[in-house]
Amino acid sequence: MARHVIAPVDELPPGSRKFLEIDGRPIAVFNVKGEFFGLLNRCPHQGAALCEGPLIGLASSSDPGEIEYTKLGEILRCPWHGWEFDIRTGQSYCDPRRFRVRAYPVSVEPGTNVVKGPYVAETIKVAVESDYVVVEL
Amino acid sequence: MNIQIRERPDAAASAGIKTAIADCDIHPARATKDELHPYLAKRWHSHLETFGVHPYQGMMEGPPYPKAQPNASRRDAYPPEGGPQGSSLSFMQKQHLDPNNVALGVLNPLNTGQGIRNQDLAGAICSAINDWQIEKWTAKDSRLKGSVVVANEDGVSAAAEIRKRAGDKNFVQVLLLSRNVEPLGQRRYWPIYEAAQEAGLPIGVHAFGFGGNPITASGWPSYYIEEMVGHSQCQQTALASLVLEGVFERFPKLKMVMVEAGFGWAPSLAWRLDKVFARLHAEVPHLKRKPSEYIRDHIWWTTQPMEDPESRDHLFQTIEWIGWDRLLFATDYPHWDYDEPSRVLPAGVSDANRQAFYLDNAKQLYGMA
Repeated sequence: MARHVIAPVDELPPGSRKFLEIDGRPIAVFNVKGEFFGLLNRCPHQGAALCEGPLIGLASSSDPGEIEYTKLGEILRCPWHGWEFDIRTGQSYCDPRRFRVRAYPVSVEPGTNVVKGPYVAETIKVAVESDYVVVEL
Repeated sequence: MNIQIRERPDAAASAGIKTAIADCDIHPARATKDELHPYLAKRWHSHLETFGVHPYQGMMEGPPYPKAQPNASRRDAYPPEGGPQGSSLSFMQKQHLDPNNVALGVLNPLNTGQGIRNQDLAGAICSAINDWQIEKWTAKDSRLKGSVVVANEDGVSAAAEIRKRAGDKNFVQVLLLSRNVEPLGQRRYWPIYEAAQEAGLPIGVHAFGFGGNPITASGWPSYYIEEMVGHSQCQQTALASLVLEGVFERFPKLKMVMVEAGFGWAPSLAWRLDKVFARLHAEVPHLKRKPSEYIRDHIWWTTQPMEDPESRDHLFQTIEWIGWDRLLFATDYPHWDYDEPSRVLPAGVSDANRQAFYLDNAKQLYGMA
């Protein structure tokens, strides 16, 4: 498992997402209110670029007439057929047993670690004074 | 708010399919509201400005139900130059026709003059849409073929429009919608069938339309999901009407395509019709054969939406009843329920059937074999 430095934290502000390709795999990294999540950018249903979909909430209901809207900004909706996935885990809500999208751990590392550590920085210049977003796959 | 940083230029391109395919349901859209003006007489420009359009449906603007995605379309199908999904030929080529190896694409324009009460205006808009299909689409990409759109509630004007386009290789079928003022077998629509048979053009009956009636047989439902499944009910009504009114007896060379309403319901409708016909044929003595025979001889089916039962055997049994030679592959591009060609057919289909399904049936039906 390799770790890849993808951007300084400042370049990926809350609400933004970054599309990249690592080892031939299309990946997207999201900043949701300061938390980072990485997902394979391919819907397991028919192969759409899943991560281009909107981030919405989860509408659920315990009883008819009672509707809860939770996980705001944490549910990714496929741009084609609207299948919904939990951005934290990759779990689908239409068929959780059979369909999930691959989720990759994303962390924020101080620049000193990035310079010292075994990470690969391919597209950006590493500056020791910043924090960096690092995706693992 | 999401700020997207795009690094991959081809993020929207799909996985693609190697063999050439026909896509029998593509929806071209107008980039701007007045894109039809060059094809409409000046009289209609000011009419539209002054009076607008009066549809058959109760609500004055927009469809009766909200759709699952903006413009009922894929979110990744907005053309880079702006405008709604499906309004740019170059983007359609790049996103769909080229990567999916589409050899024949049948255009089915929606939101046309059909469903407008003023029949002169309806006819003018339909005719303009047909000119627009040639100039904007079919003349610029020989893979694309148009559908003759007609003012469906006015059989005389519709037949005239079909005769005007007869023999024009830009068009491969006549387009009707499933929701009309009356069930499609009724006599007001017969001039359409007569002209289509004469022109040798199949008739595509696409789900949707605004005939003014509730979209189910028992009124207006609450949810879009009910409208989605309601299309098959409406299509069944249309098909039963076509058979029982004797349309196929009267126009024996007529070919029809049921577009975007599924096909899993076809066997059960045919079985039920045959059963009651055995008892009630005296009511419809103009029918010389069993209803199922008319259906099998005259009807083709597009695949989007394709039923997706848990057991693929159930799907294959249904298709065997219908016939592998009767299915026409369709994606419904750019709409949100789009079917990806490389993912739509389960494993276990012979090469000959795959070839028929993806390309040959369409080429044969549309006279391009």
